[in-house]
Amino acid sequence: MTIAIDISHLNKSFPVGDDVVPVLHDISAQVRLGELTMLVGPSGCGKTTLISILSGILSASSGDVSVIGKSILKFSDREKVLFRRENIGFIFQQYNLLPALTAAENAALPLLAAGVAKKQALQKAVDVLSEIGMQAHTEKLPRQLSGGQQQRIAIARALVHNPRLIVCDEPTAALDAKTGQGVMEILRDVANDQTRAVLVVTHDSRIYRFADRILEMSDGRIVGDHLPDNFVHKE
Amino acid sequence: MKFIAIKMLHGDGAKYLGLIFGVTFATLLMAQQVSIFIGLMARTASAIYDVSESDVWVMDPRVRYIEEVEPLRDVELTNVRSVPGVAWAVPFYKGLISIRMTDGLTQQVQLVGVDDVSMVGICPKMVMGDANVLRRPQAAMMDKNGFIFTWPDQPLALGKEIELNDHRLVVSAICKASQTFLTFPLLYVSYETAMEITPPQRNKMSFVLVKAQPGISAADLATRIHDTTGLQALTNNDFAWRSIRYILQRTGIPINFGITIFLGVIIGAAITAQTFYIFVIENLKQFAAMKAIGVTNAQLLRMVLLQTVIVAATGYGLGIGMTALFFQATKDLPATAGFILHWQVMGGVLIAISAISLFSILFSLRKVFKLDPAIVFRG
Repeated sequence: MTIAIDISHLNKSFPVGDDVVPVLHDISAQVRLGELTMLVGPSGCGKTTLISILSGILSASSGDVSVIGKSILKFSDREKVLFRRENIGFIFQQYNLLPALTAAENAALPLLAAGVAKKQALQKAVDVLSEIGMQAHTEKLPRQLSGGQQQRIAIARALVHNPRLIVCDEPTAALDAKTGQGVMEILRDVANDQTRAVLVVTHDSRIYRFADRILEMSDGRIVGDHLPDNFVHKE
Repeated sequence: MKFIAIKMLHGDGAKYLGLIFGVTFATLLMAQQVSIFIGLMARTASAIYDVSESDVWVMDPRVRYIEEVEPLRDVELTNVRSVPGVAWAVPFYKGLISIRMTDGLTQQVQLVGVDDVSMVGICPKMVMGDANVLRRPQAAMMDKNGFIFTWPDQPLALGKEIELNDHRLVVSAICKASQTFLTFPLLYVSYETAMEITPPQRNKMSFVLVKAQPGISAADLATRIHDTTGLQALTNNDFAWRSIRYILQRTGIPINFGITIFLGVIIGAAITAQTFYIFVIENLKQFAAMKAIGVTNAQLLRMVLLQTVIVAATGYGLGIGMTALFFQATKDLPATAGFILHWQVMGGVLIAISAISLFSILFSLRKVFKLDPAIVFRG
């Protein structure tokens, strides 16, 4: 099994006034292709900071992070943007869809940003939307769709450019249990593809069963690497 | 990404209209006020340019603009005629005087006395009657706007009687003259009639109008007349610009218009900048999501610039259109007759609006460029 993310002795501190507040402490972990990995822990434990660094959005104070074989912390800002565009798909808690764009246009955004012609990008977006059961809603605006449907558009947006890594931030937090389960089933299918890794940050214990592995964080440290059954029993 | 920028812009109708309003308002205010100002300045010179037959105006050295008359001695006409290079020179009277209508009401008019023989300086376009009628005793010609001003709600008609210094005159012709800076009616009579009906004084001749002989330039002739007679002699253009400069330097008109135009720029810029800023602030999460997904700052810059160009072009087009409509709708009113929208004004306003629009997005762009895409992970 190939490694999607390799984190080695990662530290991150933020300056607050004259002080420096450490947020991540000597984190080392791996996320593998073909797996759905969950990152769990209480609020403020550093989950968001960690996925921001793994996504090339934040820089680290020290350590190394390799994503799909590339040491991204050495990239310039522009290289990080281009790397994200090509290799990472994002799913956010609040969907972050552009309200003026249709479902297909929203889903096509990463392709359009990469310079793919509008017609081809939209066709590809419609194909991906159809694969996740949204073929009837491709021309609808986000406000015309339910929360679950909007999150499916966000999933299509994350998958449309065939990224190797899907980063999901609380993908079910704004959804009811049934809808959240539907979203996780889609992500589970995505993770079954051996060329992709899915990393999910969540508080939602109802979805732990969809994980292959659960990384537990506390106070800026990885304190556990669990199989889901073991972790549910622990909880 | 262009269509995304356009859809984002049109997506929030209220803000889009707010942006368009800001630019339209600034454009309208600038284009209209500058055009009216230019129109007023042109009126200052219109009485000079309406006299197309002559090349040089000769006047007392103290005269600073067309409406300021310092009478010349009659002998100066002979002196000017004796200057080498003068083809012909004729007297010209111009002055303010009151007329009394048959109903007893009085009205101040600009009396213009033109040479009895050559009629040089006569109103250029006839509306009713014939200019030659001025050679008859007691005949006068009034400009159309003056007639409407003097007898409002009455149709244009010849035969109206007026009294001027106990002399009876009959309006025997009506013409269309360019609007002058003073809005009083223009009353044309022969020079001889003007001398008869104006109050007696030692000197009455206002100007001498001169034509240069073929091969002699107006500027050279003006210099020659000045050197020979000691009088002020100016070409049509020089006199027009001297009159305009006087208005610019000695009246509050430029300051008044300047303040209005300045306020138009400031208010337009403020509305546009604020609305753009709010537009960007409210869309920060969307911009952050785009940056996280892989949209570069250069792409975002192009998107915001495209949105700016659309807003600026639409607002500018509407503002210029409204200005043109205003001048079209008011072209026959005496107060605004002759005011037009010059292409130079359109060009100048376009530059100003471009500057306002670019200024408006400066702060917004800085916000977008500095935006940390990690905010999309913060719930």
